[in-house]
Amino acid sequence: MQPNGENLLSATRIDKVFPGARALDKVDFHLRRGEVHALLGENGAGKSTLVKCLTGAYRRDGGTILLDGVEVDPRDTFNAQKLGIGTVYQEVNLLPNLSVAENLFLGRQPRRFGLVDVGAMNRQARALLDDYELDLDVTRALDSYSVAIQQVVAIARAVDLSGKVLILDEPTASLDAHEVEMLFRIVRRLKARGLGIVFITHFLEQVYEISDRITVLRNGQLVGTRETATLERRDLISMMIGRELAAEIRSAREGQVVAGPVRYRFENYGRKGHIAPFDLDIRAGEVVGIAGLLGSGRTETAEILFGAHRADSGMAEVDGRAVQLSSPRRAIAHRFGFCPEDRKTAGIVGDLSVRENIVLALQARRGWTRPLSRTEQNRIADHYIRALDIRTADREKPIRLLSGGNQQKAILARWLATEPEFLILDEPTRGIDVGAHAEIVRLIEGLREKGMSLMVISSEIEELVAYSTRIVVLRDRQHVAALEGNRITADQIIEAIASANERGAA
Amino acid sequence: MTAILRGYALRLLPQLIALAVILLMVSLVFPGFFRLEIQNGRLYGSLIDILNRGAPVVLLAIGMTVVIATKGIDLSVGAVAASSITSGHSLAMTLVITLGTGLLCGLWNGVLVAILDIQPIIATLVLMVAGRGIAQLVTEGAILTFNDPGLIFLGSGSFAWLPLPVIIWLVFGILVALIVRKTALGMLIEAIGVNRQASTLSGVLTPVLLIAAYMLSGLCAAIAGIIAAADIKGADANNAGLWLELDAILAVVIGGTSLLGGRFSIAASVLGAIIIQSINTGILLSGFPPEFNLIIKAAIIVFILVLQSPPVRNAFTFVALLRAGRKPTEGQAR
Repeated sequence: MQPNGENLLSATRIDKVFPGARALDKVDFHLRRGEVHALLGENGAGKSTLVKCLTGAYRRDGGTILLDGVEVDPRDTFNAQKLGIGTVYQEVNLLPNLSVAENLFLGRQPRRFGLVDVGAMNRQARALLDDYELDLDVTRALDSYSVAIQQVVAIARAVDLSGKVLILDEPTASLDAHEVEMLFRIVRRLKARGLGIVFITHFLEQVYEISDRITVLRNGQLVGTRETATLERRDLISMMIGRELAAEIRSAREGQVVAGPVRYRFENYGRKGHIAPFDLDIRAGEVVGIAGLLGSGRTETAEILFGAHRADSGMAEVDGRAVQLSSPRRAIAHRFGFCPEDRKTAGIVGDLSVRENIVLALQARRGWTRPLSRTEQNRIADHYIRALDIRTADREKPIRLLSGGNQQKAILARWLATEPEFLILDEPTRGIDVGAHAEIVRLIEGLREKGMSLMVISSEIEELVAYSTRIVVLRDRQHVAALEGNRITADQIIEAIASANERGAA
Repeated sequence: MTAILRGYALRLLPQLIALAVILLMVSLVFPGFFRLEIQNGRLYGSLIDILNRGAPVVLLAIGMTVVIATKGIDLSVGAVAASSITSGHSLAMTLVITLGTGLLCGLWNGVLVAILDIQPIIATLVLMVAGRGIAQLVTEGAILTFNDPGLIFLGSGSFAWLPLPVIIWLVFGILVALIVRKTALGMLIEAIGVNRQASTLSGVLTPVLLIAAYMLSGLCAAIAGIIAAADIKGADANNAGLWLELDAILAVVIGGTSLLGGRFSIAASVLGAIIIQSINTGILLSGFPPEFNLIIKAAIIVFILVLQSPPVRNAFTFVALLRAGRKPTEGQAR
């Protein structure tokens, strides 16, 4: 692209390579003065990698960054701040136990006679926050205020420090509607002051509400930059996920009725402090989708069903017989399988090979005295590497060297090797590239067709709509609604989550 | 099969090289080092001495390897070795009680670590302190001597031209290595060491395997204790096994098993223990003033550890890649 006078920040042909994965492939990104620029893409598309390259948190492997037409090379985040690029992350990265004023002026407190001039610092802090319509007691500890206020304090600090480019990385993820509104008022005001604002989020409504332009990344590559006003929502989604997967699978399944017998029945099943008691029936050949916001009890539901945490109320039945699901091992004995949300800490066994990771659950079920021979292990591993198209140089490669999507497929393979009858998948498509994403969605559909019972947790509603035959909506650690048949649409799910929210607020 | 053998050889190469270098260096200052002779139906010589003297550390290292592979550590082995040897019954009874004590100590450690979820270094510190205390109570601080011929035979007898302690650790080491590698134990232990949570979620019986690892370590300590006691024909609660736990941990580390758990090799740890013993014996034979012993030992160990450290290894790999003309990138193209 030709140099553009109105561009505040111009990043061209940014490359970033991690072992085993190209995170960014010649990505261009141009930010104008006084615009809000949404940076979108699925998990693992490269958004945060791009931001980290811009702020110096990562060293880029190629490409140039122009700020105000001058080439810059931020060495670290501190350096980037001095150049004028400030960042506010989803988790507020301030010090909760210090006062608001101390947080605002940390490392640059006004001094008198070599000592911190607390009075001047508090005065300046109040003056600074005046610009943000905030009337706070700046001497109180930061954590005595809500996350939204903390977020604004973080923004105020970043703008005061940097003042040219403000990067907001999922700032609204944990805010309610009012707080989002307040945040957006502040963003608009900063925009009017001529700042360039990069806005990363998963909420498309917010993108349309606040942004002027949209840049979409997919699989580490630039898909395109568009004016928000002229980009249809549909087109945006297909830019992000690449193809209209949801429609594709749903139409293929049109009119098909799920009529398997009830195989798994949970009554009044729950655990204090984790998930309120719920009733749930799962039939053969059914995919129960679990929808809800982060922290609504989705993972807790999965963990209690799999015995990772013991239920303290209610009973569980498999094929009409009461069972104790007090440990993963017990659940596995009843042919349960569980792919956890946090692949790194709960899924992969990083230093072991792809082969060992795939046979692990099967071997654990057989017990240590009945080892699978090396030939058998190789056969199983090779079978799933081929069947699920796991991209690895060979089966002896340590699994931590694989990309996220391939790790996820290997863990799926670990469970498929045990021939499960009830498979629980917690965010199976998080942080994986779009190709693998589509493959996993198809795999879920294929397993369902073979008569397996599945429970899938996902924050991506479009995806839930694609494969679920029933959707359970969670809020505040309670099961609050169930949707079936043609009521399974993105709008209905969003409405169920939202109306549940209103009820909770009342 | 040859590929697997080659894998083993490659895995043990750094340890074998280190051992060879140390032995050569010692032989330079002490010419008769490699000489072996048969007297009274038994081999004598410095090399045999190393294998014999090294027996306690080798045995401890075998158990320690498995514990460290689970991302644990067992500080109590020295004390367990001391407390295991303080009973004065018939030979069979003594052996049973001793081995039982070792297993019981291991069970205690294992329960603290696996069930109560106490950090291994703290959990085993309890027995490290208490074990020796109990032993001192039993012996009332004195050295109990004994003259049971059977027990003495364990320490100084010989079989097939080799001292009995050597036979014991060889047989025991091979046995443990076979059990671990011919069953699925090895893989499951490594899985627990790398990621305990993921292993438990995959249905691995984590607590049982952890307890078993500590019990094995306790058993190894008991056998080491028997050999140490049989060697001096007495149970010395104050000094037996003193600091041996640190030598055992060092042996495992020299053997290339990471303290972060995961991949382990019992053969490599045994080699590590032999390396430590070679350094000890070598320093004595070469006639350096004994005050230098610890410093020289430390220097040699630092050198070995630096050779094994990730940056140095990466540098070696890099050089190897340059020589190979960057072939690996082609392999990954798929």
